Amino acid sequence: MTRDRLLQILAPTVVGLIVLAGWSAVVSWNAIPVYVLPGPAAVGASLWNDGPSLFGSLWVTLRITAAALAAATILGGALAILFAQSRILELSLFPYAVILQVTPIVAIAPLIIIWVNDAFLALLICAWLVAFFPIVANTTVGLNSADRNLIALFRLYRATRWQQLLYLRLPSALPYFLTGVRISGGLALIGAVVAEFVAGTGGQETGLAFRILEAGYRLQIPKLFAALILLSLTGIAIFALLGWISRRLIGHWHESVIPHEE
Amino acid sequence: MRSILATEGLGKLFRNGTKALDGVDIVVEEGSFVSIVGPSGCGKSTFLKIIAGLSEPSFGALKWNDPGGREGQISFVFQEPTLMPWATVSENIYLPLRLKGEGRADVASRIAEVTEAVGLAGFERSYPRELSGGMKMRVSIARALVTRPRLLLLDEPFAALDEITRLKLNEDLLKLWREQGWTVLFVTHSVYESVYLSSRVAVMTRRPGRIAADVPIDLPYPRDAATRVSPAYGDYCREISGRLAEAMA
Repeated sequence: MTRDRLLQILAPTVVGLIVLAGWSAVVSWNAIPVYVLPGPAAVGASLWNDGPSLFGSLWVTLRITAAALAAATILGGALAILFAQSRILELSLFPYAVILQVTPIVAIAPLIIIWVNDAFLALLICAWLVAFFPIVANTTVGLNSADRNLIALFRLYRATRWQQLLYLRLPSALPYFLTGVRISGGLALIGAVVAEFVAGTGGQETGLAFRILEAGYRLQIPKLFAALILLSLTGIAIFALLGWISRRLIGHWHESVIPHEE
Repeated sequence: MRSILATEGLGKLFRNGTKALDGVDIVVEEGSFVSIVGPSGCGKSTFLKIIAGLSEPSFGALKWNDPGGREGQISFVFQEPTLMPWATVSENIYLPLRLKGEGRADVASRIAEVTEAVGLAGFERSYPRELSGGMKMRVSIARALVTRPRLLLLDEPFAALDEITRLKLNEDLLKLWREQGWTVLFVTHSVYESVYLSSRVAVMTRRPGRIAADVPIDLPYPRDAATRVSPAYGDYCREISGRLAEAMA
């Protein structure tokens, strides 16, 4: 392991430990009650005790997130390809994609939950609305940024539109598309959580967001913290997974993922 | 000698009103190495793009000797290597044939042959980012040659390379031309390069470009390092430089 890599792991770990120690000290010195601010130990204990039941809820949220991200990836990518084929289509539809993006999801979620009977589908639509725009926007830029000279070369060899798309525009757009997917991965999780907050109902299958609300109402603050930690870890895992996929797909040629040599 | 193409009063007016070319007359003979030398922005690249069919002339005529015109006959080498960064050397060279619908296996020997010819044997699986500037340009030339063109158009291909790499590529290009016998139309702003390579040098005026002088270079081939120090080479360089100075005045 190189010195740089060691530092990369060691430095944030030390910061984390200092924060945990400080937090613990503040809580015990001031005798802050556990229903206001639990110490790290109480949160750890709650994570251990409530973990199994929280994992069930995490699974619900995760399924919504994954389905929303998959839908955003497929529909976003397809829409961008459509835009690249027709300038008219891009000009007529892009503003509406922007409107969907800038309208706060919290404001539309109640409507969607009223209109769509199936709870899973309603939450899925909310998360998808948040996640799909970065993919559309990034992929559209990528499809339009193919090297001008390469486009001229394709014309010179009488390439068809289809060949130009397949062999030139799609590979050129891949790094942009993957960046979009990485942004959308985090947004899909946020979208799922926000939608669950708004839906706010109990029932058979409740997501992690509802467990956070519930713990808040009952002043089970350690449990609330435990759920939050699970949520953050999930977000980090999604980001890391998408980063790994990205490196696998374009690591052999794209500048953004090639390690810099000194 | 049979000509491959001729232009008569060829001109180009850009949409913004700029006149890039004003009545270019040139005849390119089959098998010759013709260079066009001119100051930056004189329209020589525009001229090459018109020959390639990437741009339409505004007036004048471009006549191909062959009734089929340029179809399947030409290749183009840009100033930048213009490679696909996601594709290996072999895949980049295969591109023109792939666009024609040729199967990879059917043309494997042709790709191997041209890779060998430009001195890239052993680098088939490398990606462009792993290659030096000179080697990228070799890939670009191999990609142009793989279609077996009759006319090769080169737009200042070595302008961005260092002097040593440039001299080596000049020699190798000349060797390939002598062996394979295609015709070359070569755009450059280097007088020395044009005299060393060409059987004829056309000097272009500054914008709007016209052909100010058309000078046959009667230096014997094969040319090598001795050519560059011969008195006749020096005379030609002086003559072309003088014509270029007049053309820019």
